[in-house]
Amino acid sequence: MTSANSWYEAGARQRVAALLDPGSFVEFIGPEQRESSPHLAIFDLPEQFDDGIIVGRGTLEGRRILVAAQEGRFMGGAFGEVHGAKLTGLLRAARSLREPVLILFDTGGVRLQEANAGEIAIAEIMRALVEARMAGVQVVGLIGGRAGCYGGGSLIAGCCSALIVSEQGRISVSGPEVIETNRGVEEFDSRDRALVWRTMGGKHRYLIGGADAFADDDVLAFREAALIVLAENGRLDADVLEAEQQRLEHRLHRFGKAHDAIDIWTDIGVSEPTEIPGLANDEFLRRIADKRETANGAR
Amino acid sequence: MELADILASLFPGGHEVAVTDNLISGSGIINAIKVHVIGIAGQSPLGCEGALILAGHVLEITRKGSAGPVLVLIDSSSQRMSRRDELLGLSECLTHLAKTLLLAGAQGHRTIGLLYGGSAAGAFIATALATGTLVALPGAHPAVMDLPSMARVTKLPIEVLKAKAEKTPVFAPGLENLAQTGAIHSVWNPDQSLAEQFFALLAEQISHDARDRLGESRGGRPKAASIAERVEKEASHA
Amino acid sequence: MEKLSFTMKASTAAAGTRARAIVGVVASGNLEVLLERDLPANVCVVDIATAVHGFAAVWAAVIDDFVMRRSAGGLHISINDGGARPDMVSLRLAQGVRLIEELEA
Repeated sequence: MTSANSWYEAGARQRVAALLDPGSFVEFIGPEQRESSPHLAIFDLPEQFDDGIIVGRGTLEGRRILVAAQEGRFMGGAFGEVHGAKLTGLLRAARSLREPVLILFDTGGVRLQEANAGEIAIAEIMRALVEARMAGVQVVGLIGGRAGCYGGGSLIAGCCSALIVSEQGRISVSGPEVIETNRGVEEFDSRDRALVWRTMGGKHRYLIGGADAFADDDVLAFREAALIVLAENGRLDADVLEAEQQRLEHRLHRFGKAHDAIDIWTDIGVSEPTEIPGLANDEFLRRIADKRETANGAR
Repeated sequence: MELADILASLFPGGHEVAVTDNLISGSGIINAIKVHVIGIAGQSPLGCEGALILAGHVLEITRKGSAGPVLVLIDSSSQRMSRRDELLGLSECLTHLAKTLLLAGAQGHRTIGLLYGGSAAGAFIATALATGTLVALPGAHPAVMDLPSMARVTKLPIEVLKAKAEKTPVFAPGLENLAQTGAIHSVWNPDQSLAEQFFALLAEQISHDARDRLGESRGGRPKAASIAERVEKEASHA
Repeated sequence: MEKLSFTMKASTAAAGTRARAIVGVVASGNLEVLLERDLPANVCVVDIATAVHGFAAVWAAVIDDFVMRRSAGGLHISINDGGARPDMVSLRLAQGVRLIEELEA
């Protein structure tokens, strides 16, 4: 399932290095500046020098591009004060410089030990992202890491002009454990991994138009997908939001009575929908061609 | 303050604000200015349908081209936590609502959030925190996560968490803590006319996101503003 | 957090010209190692912040062994530890030295 260049297995620094043109990446506020979280000491928790996110600039086929990459293994890639502020600053720069941005999500959401700071950080990032897009800047999200893209991370992803997912890329506001804790195991059994994948995983998101490109779990596959997506327009304006309103209303109308992802895939007209989770990626793409819902820029 | 009292104090000349299934919409007039109103009432959770209904109202306001302010009244719980909502793409629906509010702000509408009850997590981000200026009434009780849940996740006894919360506003729920981190612009006085306080707020010019600076000056977020600024500078000089 | 610092005499300077390198991640059983080439060539300083208290003697032995076996002169090494075992610490230190010795891309 995972290749030698697995996106899922790689750390944030490996992903950035493999994604961009070799040697092109320059980090802003690198680990040597030791701008770690000022709040973890309250909980006697260890800090990381980059607070779990790398931001900087590199080139992609020679084109200048800003990049942020979350490290999902450090505190689940969660947003704290410094972590969030680095992404906010990058997006504010993107707006004034008119440079596109790649966000490599790998996050469980807001970091509970600094929950208030993390929550506002999400809001600040969303505002900076939307303002960049209204100025015509593309902001593309890449999702396929071990921590997934949960909570506030999923809301930032929802602001992106395009999303690239792999099968492993899970996108959800409430994580499986959160739903189970609040609503009971009858509502969501978080240990049922098959249920998690087909409800929140990359194949489902791609099928319903929640993501725009589907990549193999491979850093070079993500690079290829990013190059294709970046050729499109990412501007956000009133027309885009009117179209998104229609798109999402249509989705609720069409699939609102579904109980399970299989119901939705059946409705879409995919043949043998129960086989979808087990299909290799090329067969999956072949079988859903011309059937999946697409956002067509309405995001 | 109850919603009816809030609306009466905001719009002494009467209003056309209705609540349907705990979703607020309508308008009223303050000092000859038409104010559009949307929101959530009754501490209810925000799911896919609710988010799209509210977003539809905001788009209708922006479509008309009038530049009137948009007031977002909030007394919610969190995002609706369900298998169905996530299956249907709750993140897209909540974000869509936030984007319509941000677009309204960019098109010249003042967007003002008034937190008068609870709010939490994704619902808080998609509504209150997506407005240009967020104010609150005393007794409002925002929370990212309640302390018992936080105790479970951090594996710390709740007494330990409470003791830590005495020393920092950065993680524990509550209006005062959120205000110190810069999320809340100001807390209104319920004993004075809300219409006058709203009008005074409208007179203030707010052009960019100053929440990180506010959090810095109030001591709740010591690093966010300077870190964001440094990244911006490094990006511009490279 | 327990903070430890070791200042060691190093017989040979680290090769290469890279100014710094970073390896690892702060997670359970793991650690991050930041190496900076900014000391005299016969000195190696190792600063450690660890979540697990009371293992100063083990750290001393691991660092001692590392400085003896590797060319670590001139390196200021900073460690954030999430509770790694000694063999993991040795592995990350070795990876870090290898990375800072690499030719610049």
